Amino acid sequence: MEHYLSIIVRAIFIENLALSFFLGMCTYLAVSKRVATAIGLGVAVVVVQTITVPLNNLILNYILREGAILEGMSLQFLSFISFIGVIAAMVQILEMALDRYFPPLYNALGIFLPLITVNCAIMGGSLFMEMRDYNFAESACYGLGSGVGWALAIVILAAVRERCKYSQFPAGLRGLGITFITVGLIAMAFMAFSGI
Amino acid sequence: MKKYYDILFAPIFKNNPVALQVLGICSALAVTTKLETALTMSLAVTFVTAFSCMAVSSIRKFIPDSIRMIVQMIIIASFVIMVDLVLKARAYEISRQLSVFVGLIITNCIVMGRAEAYAMKNPPVESFLDGIGNGLGYSLVLLVVAAIRELVGSGKLFGQTIFLTVNDGGWYQPWGIMLLAPSAFFLIGFFIWVLRTFRPEQIEE
Repeated sequence: MEHYLSIIVRAIFIENLALSFFLGMCTYLAVSKRVATAIGLGVAVVVVQTITVPLNNLILNYILREGAILEGMSLQFLSFISFIGVIAAMVQILEMALDRYFPPLYNALGIFLPLITVNCAIMGGSLFMEMRDYNFAESACYGLGSGVGWALAIVILAAVRERCKYSQFPAGLRGLGITFITVGLIAMAFMAFSGI
Repeated sequence: MKKYYDILFAPIFKNNPVALQVLGICSALAVTTKLETALTMSLAVTFVTAFSCMAVSSIRKFIPDSIRMIVQMIIIASFVIMVDLVLKARAYEISRQLSVFVGLIITNCIVMGRAEAYAMKNPPVESFLDGIGNGLGYSLVLLVVAAIRELVGSGKLFGQTIFLTVNDGGWYQPWGIMLLAPSAFFLIGFFIWVLRTFRPEQIEE
């Protein structure tokens, strides 16, 4: 039990996908202008990440790994392409399911779902799972933890940016430049967690 | 000729994908602690962007609109798998250092963005050049950031000692923070600041 808890805590705070591995930066910077939208995207990432990482884990272990289908045959070189396929399909299915059964949720998250297919945080989660050889339960915890960590990071950044809206920055720093420096400061704050 | 020249060089300074369009930052930050890995990554991304744009562009008239994302992604993923296998076979050490970031070229927004925004509408040769140009624009940022981080953070360039550090009996006290995550954000922030100071038309309101 403690082992799983430690995977979750590590994924949220210490090895935060956005702040220490720089994953999902494009959307992280583009969609963090308002807290409300940041929360929407964050929730969508948590949901997709919690589903896709364990799913990819099953595919990796029961289809792609050496000897999984036939003795002596390894399809692991196909892992990139199958992960991205699974993610794209999963996002698509999720979008349709939400649209059909939970229209209010679809209206809130709908526009973010297509963005998630090309979000490196999602792909990165699956690749880290492959690299670290997590089993099914571990990968479920890791998916949840890393998704929550990413969501936390984007909500914090959005909150800071909302406050910064009326501040006077040097002309060249306005917009993107100061955002990077803000993220740097947040990442520095998160480094303090590495002692846990 | 002028046209090709423009396609190739516009993305480097005038319309830099990283600094202006905020694309492909993820890997740009993560692999820049050393010049060697940054150079490998730059070459890989340039290769993938150029060839996948060319491939997408040459079959653009046959791709149905509703599944174009999937088609682009499969093409890109195939090139990335090629790069990954070559790196694993020829430069295992570097490939290990790049870890997941080779795989993440698939979701690098530059590749996907150029395939979607440019290659779907233009002929193969232009798309190929556009891919190379954007790859080089990305490489420029990557190499500048990596050179600063490696030199200031560990006193080396390409693994060759430039400043002898205190630990090795020299005079230079390395800035450890340059090798950690936050400094990458600061450096890109400053890079954008410098770029926009020289090109005021890029300043945001």
